[in-house]
Amino acid sequence: MPLLPALILVFFVTQLPFVFTIGASFMNWNAYYPDERGFGGIANYKTVLTDPSARKAIWVTVLLTAAVVLISLFLGLLIALLLDRKFFGQGIVRTMMITPFLIVPVAAALLWKHALYNPEYGLFNGLLTKIFGEDAPQPDWISDHPMWSIIFAIVWQWTPFMMLILLAGLQSRPMDVVEAARIDGASPWQIFTNMTLPHLRPYMELSGLLGTIYVVQNFDHVFTITGGGLGTANLPYYIYQTFYTGQDYGLASAAGVVVVILTIFVATVALRTVFSIFREEQR
Amino acid sequence: MSGKTLSTGQVENVHKQPRSGVILSITAWVVGLMFVSPVLWMILTSFHSEPDAATNPPSFGAPLTLEGYRSFFESGPWPSLINSVMASVVSTLLVLVLAFPAAYALSIRPVRKWSDVLFFLLSTKFLPIVAGLLPIYLFAKKVGMLDNIWLLIVFYTVMNLPIAIWMLRSFLAEVPSEMLEAAEVDGAGLILTLRKVVAPVVMPGLASAALICFIFSWNELLFARVLTGTVSQTAPVYLTGFVTSQGLFLAKVCAASLVVSLPVLVAGFAAQDKLVQGLSMGAVR
Repeated sequence: MPLLPALILVFFVTQLPFVFTIGASFMNWNAYYPDERGFGGIANYKTVLTDPSARKAIWVTVLLTAAVVLISLFLGLLIALLLDRKFFGQGIVRTMMITPFLIVPVAAALLWKHALYNPEYGLFNGLLTKIFGEDAPQPDWISDHPMWSIIFAIVWQWTPFMMLILLAGLQSRPMDVVEAARIDGASPWQIFTNMTLPHLRPYMELSGLLGTIYVVQNFDHVFTITGGGLGTANLPYYIYQTFYTGQDYGLASAAGVVVVILTIFVATVALRTVFSIFREEQR
Repeated sequence: MSGKTLSTGQVENVHKQPRSGVILSITAWVVGLMFVSPVLWMILTSFHSEPDAATNPPSFGAPLTLEGYRSFFESGPWPSLINSVMASVVSTLLVLVLAFPAAYALSIRPVRKWSDVLFFLLSTKFLPIVAGLLPIYLFAKKVGMLDNIWLLIVFYTVMNLPIAIWMLRSFLAEVPSEMLEAAEVDGAGLILTLRKVVAPVVMPGLASAALICFIFSWNELLFARVLTGTVSQTAPVYLTGFVTSQGLFLAKVCAASLVVSLPVLVAGFAAQDKLVQGLSMGAVR
Protein backbone atom coordinates (compact mmCIF):
# COMPACT_ATOMS: atom_id res chain seq x y z
CA MET A 1 0.00 0.00 0.00
CA PRO A 2 1.64 3.22 -1.15
CA LEU A 3 -0.02 5.31 1.51
CA LEU A 4 1.29 3.50 4.56
CA PRO A 5 4.87 4.78 4.92
CA ALA A 6 3.78 8.41 4.93
CA LEU A 7 0.85 7.75 7.24
CA ILE A 8 2.85 5.77 9.78
CA LEU A 9 5.61 8.36 9.87
CA VAL A 10 3.17 11.24 10.34
CA PHE A 11 1.37 9.31 13.05
CA PHE A 12 4.51 8.49 15.00
CA VAL A 13 6.08 11.92 14.85
CA THR A 14 3.00 14.12 15.25
CA GLN A 15 0.31 12.15 17.08
CA LEU A 16 2.21 10.00 19.54
CA PRO A 17 4.10 12.95 21.08
CA PHE A 18 0.78 14.68 21.72
CA VAL A 19 -0.51 11.69 23.65
CA PHE A 20 2.70 11.85 25.66
CA THR A 21 2.24 15.60 26.18
CA ILE A 22 -1.27 15.08 27.51
CA GLY A 23 0.06 12.47 29.92
CA ALA A 24 2.91 14.68 31.07
CA SER A 25 0.56 17.61 31.59
CA PHE A 26 -1.06 15.75 34.50
CA MET A 27 2.26 15.13 36.24
CA ASN A 28 4.47 16.95 38.70
CA TRP A 29 7.60 16.76 36.63
CA ASN A 30 10.47 19.17 37.00
CA ALA A 31 13.85 17.94 35.82
CA TYR A 32 15.51 20.00 38.57
CA TYR A 33 13.62 18.03 41.25
CA PRO A 34 13.62 14.42 39.96
CA ASP A 35 12.55 13.02 43.35
CA GLU A 36 9.23 14.84 43.34
CA ARG A 37 8.12 13.33 40.06
CA GLY A 38 4.61 11.89 40.23
CA PHE A 39 0.94 12.29 39.42
CA GLY A 40 -0.17 15.86 39.93
CA GLY A 41 -3.78 15.90 38.82
CA ILE A 42 -4.90 19.16 37.30
CA ALA A 43 -2.36 21.24 39.22
CA ASN A 44 -0.51 22.25 36.06
CA TYR A 45 -3.72 23.39 34.38
CA LYS A 46 -4.60 25.40 37.46
CA THR A 47 -1.22 27.10 37.19
CA VAL A 48 -1.61 27.80 33.46
CA LEU A 49 -5.02 29.36 34.01
CA THR A 50 -4.19 31.31 37.19
CA ASP A 51 -0.47 32.15 37.06
CA PRO A 52 -0.27 35.79 35.86
CA SER A 53 2.58 35.15 33.41
CA ALA A 54 0.81 32.14 31.89
CA ARG A 55 -2.49 34.00 31.57
CA LYS A 56 -0.64 36.91 30.09
CA ALA A 57 0.92 34.53 27.54
CA ILE A 58 -2.52 33.29 26.47
CA TRP A 59 -3.74 36.85 26.09
CA VAL A 60 -0.60 37.92 24.18
CA THR A 61 -1.02 34.98 21.79
CA VAL A 62 -4.61 35.94 21.02
CA LEU A 63 -3.80 39.64 20.65
CA LEU A 64 -0.67 39.11 18.56
CA THR A 65 -2.37 36.66 16.21
CA ALA A 66 -5.54 38.70 15.77
CA ALA A 67 -3.66 41.96 15.19
CA VAL A 68 -1.17 40.49 12.71
CA VAL A 69 -3.76 38.54 10.74
CA LEU A 70 -6.31 41.37 10.53
CA ILE A 71 -3.80 44.10 9.68
CA SER A 72 -1.94 42.05 7.09
CA LEU A 73 -5.20 40.78 5.58
CA PHE A 74 -6.46 44.35 5.22
CA LEU A 75 -3.19 45.67 3.78
CA GLY A 76 -2.87 42.59 1.59
CA LEU A 77 -6.33 43.22 0.14
CA LEU A 78 -5.58 46.89 -0.64
CA ILE A 79 -2.26 46.04 -2.26
CA ALA A 80 -3.75 43.14 -4.23
CA LEU A 81 -6.36 45.56 -5.62
CA LEU A 82 -3.58 48.00 -6.55
CA LEU A 83 -1.61 45.30 -8.33
CA ASP A 84 -4.60 43.80 -10.12
CA ARG A 85 -4.34 46.19 -13.06
CA LYS A 86 -1.96 46.74 -15.90
CA PHE A 87 0.61 49.43 -15.25
CA PHE A 88 4.23 50.18 -15.97
CA GLY A 89 6.46 47.93 -13.87
CA GLN A 90 3.66 45.70 -12.54
CA GLY A 91 5.96 42.67 -12.36
CA ILE A 92 8.72 44.63 -10.63
CA VAL A 93 6.34 45.97 -7.96
CA ARG A 94 4.98 42.46 -7.38
CA THR A 95 8.49 41.15 -6.94
CA MET A 96 9.35 43.98 -4.52
CA MET A 97 6.19 43.19 -2.57
CA ILE A 98 7.00 39.52 -1.99
CA THR A 99 10.63 40.16 -0.96
CA PRO A 100 9.83 40.53 2.79
CA PHE A 101 8.24 37.09 2.80
CA LEU A 102 11.45 35.56 1.45
CA ILE A 103 13.67 36.83 4.26
CA VAL A 104 14.36 34.11 6.84
CA PRO A 105 12.19 35.03 9.88
CA VAL A 106 15.09 35.22 12.37
CA ALA A 107 17.04 37.38 9.93
CA ALA A 108 14.02 39.65 9.48
CA ALA A 109 13.56 39.96 13.23
CA LEU A 110 17.25 40.84 13.65
CA LEU A 111 16.94 43.41 10.87
CA TRP A 112 13.95 45.11 12.52
CA LYS A 113 15.44 45.03 16.00
CA HIS A 114 18.93 46.31 15.21
CA ALA A 115 18.85 48.09 11.86
CA LEU A 116 15.41 49.74 12.09
CA TYR A 117 14.14 50.01 15.71
CA ASN A 118 17.46 50.69 17.49
CA PRO A 119 17.07 54.07 19.23
CA GLU A 120 20.67 55.21 18.63
CA TYR A 121 21.52 54.12 15.11
CA GLY A 122 18.36 52.47 13.74
CA LEU A 123 17.00 53.68 10.41
CA PHE A 124 13.72 55.00 11.86
CA ASN A 125 15.34 57.42 14.29
CA GLY A 126 18.05 58.15 11.74
CA LEU A 127 15.42 59.30 9.26
CA LEU A 128 13.73 61.39 11.99
CA THR A 129 17.05 63.17 12.59
CA LYS A 130 17.57 63.61 8.86
CA ILE A 131 14.14 65.21 8.40
CA PHE A 132 13.65 67.18 11.63
CA GLY A 133 17.26 67.96 12.52
CA GLU A 134 19.08 67.62 15.84
CA ASP A 135 15.97 68.14 18.01
CA ALA A 136 14.01 65.33 16.36
CA PRO A 137 12.20 62.97 18.74
CA GLN A 138 14.17 59.74 19.21
CA PRO A 139 11.72 57.18 20.62
CA ASP A 140 12.96 53.86 21.94
CA TRP A 141 10.53 51.89 19.75
CA ILE A 142 10.87 48.46 21.32
CA SER A 143 10.83 49.61 24.97
CA ASP A 144 7.98 52.07 24.43
CA HIS A 145 5.79 49.84 22.26
CA PRO A 146 7.02 46.26 22.60
CA MET A 147 3.85 44.62 21.28
CA TRP A 148 3.48 46.90 18.30
CA SER A 149 7.16 46.52 17.46
CA ILE A 150 6.67 42.78 17.18
CA ILE A 151 3.31 43.08 15.42
CA PHE A 152 4.66 45.36 12.68
CA ALA A 153 7.75 43.27 12.10
CA ILE A 154 5.49 40.23 11.53
CA VAL A 155 2.92 42.18 9.51
CA TRP A 156 5.74 43.22 7.17
CA GLN A 157 6.42 39.54 6.43
CA TRP A 158 2.82 38.30 6.24
CA THR A 159 1.20 41.05 4.18
CA PRO A 160 2.91 39.70 1.03
CA PHE A 161 1.50 36.24 1.80
CA MET A 162 -2.07 37.58 2.08
CA MET A 163 -1.52 39.74 -1.01
CA LEU A 164 -0.35 36.79 -3.11
CA ILE A 165 -3.38 34.61 -2.33
CA LEU A 166 -5.86 37.49 -2.70
CA LEU A 167 -4.25 38.56 -5.98
CA ALA A 168 -4.66 35.01 -7.28
CA GLY A 169 -8.31 35.27 -6.22
CA LEU A 170 -8.79 38.60 -8.00
CA GLN A 171 -7.26 37.25 -11.17
CA SER A 172 -9.64 34.30 -11.18
CA ARG A 173 -12.67 36.60 -11.37
CA PRO A 174 -14.84 36.04 -14.45
CA MET A 175 -14.02 39.32 -16.19
CA ASP A 176 -16.79 39.04 -18.79
CA VAL A 177 -19.40 39.21 -16.00
CA VAL A 178 -17.66 42.21 -14.43
CA GLU A 179 -17.51 43.86 -17.84
CA ALA A 180 -21.23 43.21 -18.37
CA ALA A 181 -22.03 44.80 -15.00
CA ARG A 182 -19.95 47.84 -15.91
CA ILE A 183 -21.75 48.26 -19.22
CA ASP A 184 -25.07 47.98 -17.36
CA GLY A 185 -24.00 51.04 -15.38
CA ALA A 186 -22.69 49.55 -12.13
CA SER A 187 -20.28 51.88 -10.35
CA PRO A 188 -16.81 50.64 -9.43
CA TRP A 189 -17.88 50.63 -5.76
CA GLN A 190 -20.97 48.54 -6.57
CA ILE A 191 -18.86 46.12 -8.55
CA PHE A 192 -16.41 45.90 -5.65
CA THR A 193 -18.97 45.28 -2.89
CA ASN A 194 -21.41 43.11 -4.83
CA MET A 195 -19.10 41.11 -7.06
CA THR A 196 -15.43 41.33 -6.08
CA LEU A 197 -15.79 40.92 -2.30
CA PRO A 198 -18.14 37.90 -2.43
CA HIS A 199 -15.83 36.27 -4.97
CA LEU A 200 -12.82 36.98 -2.73
CA ARG A 201 -14.46 35.67 0.44
CA PRO A 202 -13.13 32.10 0.30
CA TYR A 203 -9.67 33.44 -0.57
CA MET A 204 -9.76 35.80 2.41
CA GLU A 205 -10.87 32.94 4.65
CA LEU A 206 -8.13 30.69 3.35
CA SER A 207 -5.35 33.24 3.74
CA GLY A 208 -6.69 34.31 7.15
CA LEU A 209 -6.82 30.72 8.32
CA LEU A 210 -3.34 29.78 7.11
CA GLY A 211 -1.97 33.06 8.48
CA THR A 212 -3.55 32.28 11.86
CA ILE A 213 -2.01 28.81 11.98
CA TYR A 214 1.47 30.20 11.36
CA VAL A 215 1.26 33.35 13.51
CA VAL A 216 -0.17 31.51 16.55
CA GLN A 217 3.06 29.51 16.53
CA ASN A 218 5.37 32.49 16.10
CA PHE A 219 8.52 32.09 18.11
CA ASP A 220 11.28 33.72 16.10
CA HIS A 221 10.14 37.34 16.38
CA VAL A 222 9.26 37.24 20.07
CA PHE A 223 12.51 35.43 20.85
CA THR A 224 14.65 37.85 18.84
CA ILE A 225 13.03 41.25 19.30
CA THR A 226 12.15 41.27 23.01
CA GLY A 227 13.38 37.89 24.27
CA GLY A 228 9.90 37.44 25.69
CA GLY A 229 10.37 40.46 27.96
CA LEU A 230 8.22 43.58 28.37
CA GLY A 231 5.05 41.49 28.53
CA THR A 232 5.40 40.06 25.03
CA ALA A 233 5.93 36.35 25.82
CA ASN A 234 3.34 34.41 23.81
CA LEU A 235 2.45 30.76 24.45
CA PRO A 236 5.14 29.21 22.22
CA TYR A 237 7.76 31.37 23.95
CA TYR A 238 6.27 30.58 27.37
CA ILE A 239 6.42 26.86 26.61
CA TYR A 240 9.99 27.16 25.36
CA GLN A 241 11.00 29.01 28.52
CA THR A 242 9.13 26.76 30.97
CA PHE A 243 10.60 23.69 29.34
CA TYR A 244 14.09 24.87 28.35
CA THR A 245 15.02 27.27 31.14
CA GLY A 246 12.61 26.24 33.89
CA GLN A 247 12.82 22.50 33.12
CA ASP A 248 9.21 22.21 34.33
CA TYR A 249 8.07 19.49 31.95
CA GLY A 250 4.61 19.10 33.46
CA LEU A 251 3.72 22.79 33.27
CA ALA A 252 5.15 23.15 29.76
CA SER A 253 3.01 20.21 28.63
CA ALA A 254 -0.15 21.71 30.13
CA ALA A 255 0.57 24.97 28.32
CA GLY A 256 1.11 22.95 25.13
CA VAL A 257 -2.30 21.34 25.53
CA VAL A 258 -3.85 24.80 25.99
CA VAL A 259 -2.31 25.98 22.70
CA VAL A 260 -3.68 22.91 20.98
CA ILE A 261 -7.17 23.55 22.36
CA LEU A 262 -6.98 27.22 21.35
CA THR A 263 -5.95 26.31 17.83
CA ILE A 264 -8.53 23.55 17.48
CA PHE A 265 -11.17 26.05 18.53
CA VAL A 266 -10.19 28.40 15.71
CA ALA A 267 -9.55 25.61 13.25
CA THR A 268 -12.81 23.66 13.58
CA VAL A 269 -14.72 26.77 12.65
CA ALA A 270 -12.36 27.44 9.80
CA LEU A 271 -11.69 23.89 8.57
CA ARG A 272 -15.15 23.57 7.08
CA THR A 273 -14.59 26.57 4.86
CA VAL A 274 -11.26 25.20 3.70
CA PHE A 275 -12.90 21.94 2.81
CA SER A 276 -15.59 23.73 0.85
CA ILE A 277 -12.86 25.51 -1.11
CA PHE A 278 -11.12 22.24 -1.93
CA ARG A 279 -14.46 20.71 -2.94
CA GLU A 280 -15.28 23.58 -5.27
CA GLU A 281 -11.90 23.34 -6.84
CA GLN A 282 -12.50 19.63 -7.45
CA ARG A 283 -15.86 20.49 -9.09
CA MET B 1 -30.37 51.54 -21.31
CA SER B 2 -30.22 53.65 -24.44
CA GLY B 3 -27.26 53.72 -26.75
CA LYS B 4 -26.70 57.40 -26.04
CA THR B 5 -26.12 57.12 -22.26
CA LEU B 6 -23.84 54.19 -22.90
CA SER B 7 -21.63 56.24 -25.16
CA THR B 8 -21.43 59.22 -22.77
CA GLY B 9 -20.47 56.84 -20.02
CA GLN B 10 -17.69 55.49 -22.19
CA VAL B 11 -16.52 58.97 -23.07
CA GLU B 12 -16.35 59.85 -19.38
CA ASN B 13 -14.40 56.72 -18.70
CA VAL B 14 -11.89 57.54 -21.39
CA HIS B 15 -11.40 60.98 -19.84
CA LYS B 16 -11.17 59.77 -16.25
CA GLN B 17 -9.10 56.66 -16.69
CA PRO B 18 -5.65 58.10 -17.40
CA ARG B 19 -5.39 60.48 -14.44
CA SER B 20 -6.72 58.15 -11.72
CA GLY B 21 -4.76 55.37 -13.40
CA VAL B 22 -1.51 57.29 -13.04
CA ILE B 23 -2.24 58.01 -9.37
CA LEU B 24 -2.98 54.33 -8.70
CA SER B 25 0.19 53.26 -10.49
CA ILE B 26 2.30 55.71 -8.49
CA THR B 27 0.64 54.50 -5.27
CA ALA B 28 1.45 50.91 -6.17
CA TRP B 29 5.09 51.84 -6.78
CA VAL B 30 5.32 53.78 -3.50
CA VAL B 31 3.82 50.89 -1.51
CA GLY B 32 6.10 48.37 -3.20
CA LEU B 33 9.16 50.51 -2.45
CA MET B 34 8.05 50.91 1.19
CA PHE B 35 7.83 47.16 1.62
CA VAL B 36 11.16 46.44 -0.02
CA SER B 37 13.04 49.36 1.60
CA PRO B 38 14.02 47.50 4.82
CA VAL B 39 15.66 44.87 2.61
CA LEU B 40 17.41 47.53 0.52
CA TRP B 41 18.63 49.13 3.75
CA MET B 42 19.88 45.75 4.92
CA ILE B 43 21.79 45.26 1.65
CA LEU B 44 23.32 48.76 1.80
CA THR B 45 24.27 48.40 5.48
CA SER B 46 25.89 45.02 4.84
CA PHE B 47 28.34 46.76 2.47
CA HIS B 48 29.21 49.54 4.94
CA SER B 49 32.01 49.53 7.49
CA GLU B 50 30.82 49.04 11.09
CA PRO B 51 31.29 52.74 12.09
CA ASP B 52 29.42 53.90 8.96
CA ALA B 53 26.60 51.42 9.60
CA ALA B 54 25.90 52.82 13.07
CA THR B 55 25.54 56.55 12.42
CA ASN B 56 22.62 58.85 13.16
CA PRO B 57 21.54 60.33 10.75
CA PRO B 58 22.22 57.37 8.43
CA SER B 59 25.18 57.68 6.06
CA PHE B 60 23.63 56.58 2.78
CA GLY B 61 26.64 57.54 0.68
CA ALA B 62 29.37 55.99 2.85
CA PRO B 63 32.08 54.07 0.98
CA LEU B 64 31.28 50.43 0.27
CA THR B 65 33.33 47.58 1.69
CA LEU B 66 33.19 43.80 2.04
CA GLU B 67 34.28 43.99 5.68
CA GLY B 68 30.92 42.78 7.02
CA TYR B 69 30.92 39.72 4.78
CA ARG B 70 34.57 39.00 5.58
CA SER B 71 34.00 39.03 9.34
CA PHE B 72 30.86 36.89 8.91
CA PHE B 73 32.66 34.22 6.92
CA GLU B 74 35.68 34.37 9.24
CA SER B 75 33.41 33.64 12.22
CA GLY B 76 33.01 30.05 10.98
CA PRO B 77 29.45 29.85 9.61
CA TRP B 78 30.14 27.01 7.15
CA PRO B 79 29.22 24.04 9.38
CA SER B 80 25.84 25.61 10.17
CA LEU B 81 25.20 26.51 6.53
CA ILE B 82 26.06 22.96 5.45
CA ASN B 83 23.76 21.59 8.18
CA SER B 84 20.94 23.79 6.90
CA VAL B 85 21.48 22.60 3.33
CA MET B 86 21.49 18.99 4.55
CA ALA B 87 18.37 19.39 6.69
CA SER B 88 16.30 21.24 4.08
CA VAL B 89 17.42 19.48 0.88
CA VAL B 90 17.37 15.93 2.24
CA SER B 91 14.06 16.42 4.04
CA THR B 92 12.52 17.94 0.89
CA LEU B 93 13.63 14.94 -1.19
CA LEU B 94 12.27 12.55 1.44
CA VAL B 95 8.97 14.43 1.48
CA LEU B 96 8.60 14.08 -2.28
CA VAL B 97 9.49 10.39 -2.24
CA LEU B 98 6.94 9.67 0.50
CA ALA B 99 4.23 12.10 -0.58
CA PHE B 100 3.97 11.07 -4.21
CA PRO B 101 2.77 7.48 -3.72
CA ALA B 102 0.50 8.58 -0.87
CA ALA B 103 -1.09 11.31 -2.97
CA TYR B 104 -1.39 8.87 -5.87
CA ALA B 105 -3.30 6.41 -3.72
CA LEU B 106 -5.53 9.19 -2.41
CA SER B 107 -6.51 10.69 -5.73
CA ILE B 108 -6.48 7.97 -8.40
CA ARG B 109 -9.44 5.64 -7.75
CA PRO B 110 -10.04 6.88 -4.22
CA VAL B 111 -12.09 4.88 -1.76
CA ARG B 112 -14.55 6.75 0.44
CA LYS B 113 -12.44 6.22 3.58
CA TRP B 114 -9.63 8.22 1.95
CA SER B 115 -11.26 11.52 2.84
CA ASP B 116 -10.82 10.62 6.51
CA VAL B 117 -7.13 10.09 5.87
CA LEU B 118 -6.90 13.44 4.14
CA PHE B 119 -8.70 15.11 7.00
CA PHE B 120 -6.32 13.51 9.46
CA LEU B 121 -3.30 14.72 7.49
CA LEU B 122 -4.65 18.27 7.30
CA SER B 123 -5.53 18.28 10.99
CA THR B 124 -1.90 17.56 11.91
CA LYS B 125 -1.05 20.88 10.29
CA PHE B 126 -3.42 22.62 12.69
CA LEU B 127 -1.87 21.19 15.81
CA PRO B 128 0.74 23.65 17.02
CA ILE B 129 3.98 21.82 16.66
CA VAL B 130 5.33 23.43 19.84
CA ALA B 131 3.17 21.06 21.91
CA GLY B 132 5.32 18.19 20.66
CA LEU B 133 8.56 19.87 21.68
CA LEU B 134 9.01 18.11 25.01
CA PRO B 135 8.30 14.50 23.94
CA ILE B 136 10.46 14.82 20.85
CA TYR B 137 13.27 16.28 22.94
CA LEU B 138 13.02 13.53 25.56
CA PHE B 139 12.84 10.82 22.91
CA ALA B 140 15.90 12.24 21.15
CA LYS B 141 17.75 12.40 24.44
CA LYS B 142 16.85 8.81 25.30
CA VAL B 143 18.04 7.35 21.99
CA GLY B 144 21.08 9.64 21.83
CA MET B 145 19.94 11.58 18.78
CA LEU B 146 20.29 15.06 20.29
CA ASP B 147 22.57 17.32 18.27
CA ASN B 148 22.26 14.98 15.30
CA ILE B 149 21.26 16.49 11.98
CA TRP B 150 19.29 13.36 11.00
CA LEU B 151 16.84 14.03 13.82
CA LEU B 152 16.03 17.41 12.26
CA ILE B 153 15.82 15.82 8.81
CA VAL B 154 13.21 13.31 9.98
CA PHE B 155 11.34 15.98 11.91
CA TYR B 156 11.21 18.43 8.96
CA THR B 157 10.14 15.61 6.65
CA VAL B 158 7.14 14.84 8.80
CA MET B 159 6.39 18.51 9.42
CA ASN B 160 6.06 19.12 5.67
CA LEU B 161 4.62 15.79 4.55
CA PRO B 162 0.93 16.70 5.01
CA ILE B 163 1.33 19.92 2.96
CA ALA B 164 3.00 18.02 0.14
CA ILE B 165 0.39 15.24 0.09
CA TRP B 166 -2.44 17.77 -0.04
CA MET B 167 -0.81 19.69 -2.82
CA LEU B 168 0.13 16.71 -4.98
CA ARG B 169 -3.33 15.25 -4.52
CA SER B 170 -4.96 18.36 -5.93
CA PHE B 171 -2.71 18.11 -8.99
CA LEU B 172 -3.19 14.37 -9.42
CA ALA B 173 -6.95 14.86 -9.32
CA GLU B 174 -6.56 16.56 -12.69
CA VAL B 175 -5.17 13.49 -14.44
CA PRO B 176 -8.11 12.30 -16.57
CA SER B 177 -9.06 8.77 -15.60
CA GLU B 178 -9.79 7.92 -19.26
CA MET B 179 -6.15 8.50 -20.00
CA LEU B 180 -5.12 6.10 -17.25
CA GLU B 181 -7.55 3.47 -18.51
CA ALA B 182 -6.34 3.94 -22.06
CA ALA B 183 -2.76 3.47 -20.90
CA GLU B 184 -3.78 0.30 -19.10
CA VAL B 185 -5.63 -1.06 -22.15
CA ASP B 186 -2.55 -0.37 -24.24
CA GLY B 187 -0.59 -2.54 -21.83
CA ALA B 188 1.50 0.18 -20.22
CA GLY B 189 2.94 -0.85 -16.85
CA LEU B 190 2.70 1.26 -13.70
CA ILE B 191 6.12 2.84 -14.18
CA LEU B 192 5.41 3.75 -17.80
CA THR B 193 2.00 5.16 -16.90
CA LEU B 194 3.52 7.25 -14.15
CA ARG B 195 6.22 8.56 -16.44
CA LYS B 196 4.19 9.28 -19.56
CA VAL B 197 0.72 10.14 -18.26
CA VAL B 198 0.98 11.26 -14.65
CA ALA B 199 4.34 13.02 -14.44
CA PRO B 200 3.63 15.79 -17.01
CA VAL B 201 0.49 16.86 -15.12
CA VAL B 202 2.08 16.62 -11.69
CA MET B 203 5.50 18.18 -12.31
CA PRO B 204 4.35 21.76 -11.47
CA GLY B 205 2.81 20.42 -8.27
CA LEU B 206 6.03 18.64 -7.34
CA ALA B 207 7.95 21.86 -7.94
CA SER B 208 5.60 23.89 -5.71
CA ALA B 209 5.72 21.27 -2.98
CA ALA B 210 9.51 21.14 -3.12
CA LEU B 211 9.82 24.94 -2.98
CA ILE B 212 7.56 25.35 0.02
CA CYS B 213 9.06 22.40 1.94
CA PHE B 214 12.54 23.77 1.31
CA ILE B 215 11.58 27.26 2.57
CA PHE B 216 9.82 25.99 5.69
CA SER B 217 12.65 23.71 6.77
CA TRP B 218 15.33 26.28 5.94
CA ASN B 219 13.54 28.90 8.10
CA GLU B 220 12.74 26.73 11.13
CA LEU B 221 14.27 27.99 14.40
CA LEU B 222 12.52 26.68 17.55
CA PHE B 223 13.13 22.95 17.13
CA ALA B 224 16.55 23.47 15.62
CA ARG B 225 17.48 25.50 18.69
CA VAL B 226 16.23 22.93 21.18
CA LEU B 227 17.32 19.77 19.38
CA THR B 228 20.78 20.76 18.17
CA GLY B 229 23.96 21.82 19.88
CA THR B 230 27.37 22.82 18.63
CA VAL B 231 27.73 20.05 16.04
CA SER B 232 24.50 20.15 14.08
CA GLN B 233 23.21 23.67 14.60
CA THR B 234 21.55 25.18 11.53
CA ALA B 235 22.04 28.63 10.01
CA PRO B 236 19.06 30.31 11.79
CA VAL B 237 20.40 29.07 15.14
CA TYR B 238 23.86 30.34 14.22
CA LEU B 239 22.32 33.75 13.42
CA THR B 240 20.75 34.07 16.86
CA GLY B 241 24.19 33.75 18.43
CA PHE B 242 25.50 36.73 16.53
CA VAL B 243 24.39 39.73 18.54
CA THR B 244 25.79 38.64 21.89
CA SER B 245 29.13 40.01 20.80
CA GLN B 246 30.25 43.36 22.20
CA GLY B 247 30.80 46.51 20.15
CA LEU B 248 29.55 47.31 16.70
CA PHE B 249 28.02 44.45 14.77
CA LEU B 250 25.32 45.92 12.51
CA ALA B 251 27.07 45.47 9.15
CA LYS B 252 28.11 41.95 10.11
CA VAL B 253 24.55 41.03 11.18
CA CYS B 254 23.10 42.45 7.95
CA ALA B 255 25.65 40.54 5.86
CA ALA B 256 24.94 37.33 7.79
CA SER B 257 21.15 37.76 7.50
CA LEU B 258 21.44 38.30 3.75
CA VAL B 259 23.68 35.28 3.20
CA VAL B 260 21.31 33.07 5.22
CA SER B 261 18.25 34.41 3.37
CA LEU B 262 19.86 34.14 -0.06
CA PRO B 263 18.78 30.55 -0.91
CA VAL B 264 15.16 31.37 -0.04
CA LEU B 265 15.27 34.63 -1.99
CA VAL B 266 16.72 32.94 -5.08
CA ALA B 267 14.28 30.02 -4.96
CA GLY B 268 11.30 32.29 -4.25
CA PHE B 269 12.10 34.78 -7.02
CA ALA B 270 12.77 32.01 -9.53
CA ALA B 271 9.41 30.37 -8.84
CA GLN B 272 7.05 33.20 -7.89
CA ASP B 273 3.93 31.53 -9.30
CA LYS B 274 4.78 28.25 -7.55
CA LEU B 275 4.86 30.16 -4.27
CA VAL B 276 1.10 30.85 -4.29
CA GLN B 277 0.22 27.23 -5.08
CA GLY B 278 2.53 25.99 -2.38
CA LEU B 279 1.41 28.40 0.32
CA SER B 280 -2.25 27.58 -0.25
CA MET B 281 -1.50 23.82 -0.30
CA GLY B 282 -2.66 23.66 -3.91
CA ALA B 283 -6.05 25.30 -3.32
CA VAL B 284 -5.15 28.42 -5.31
CA ARG B 285 -3.54 28.12 -8.72
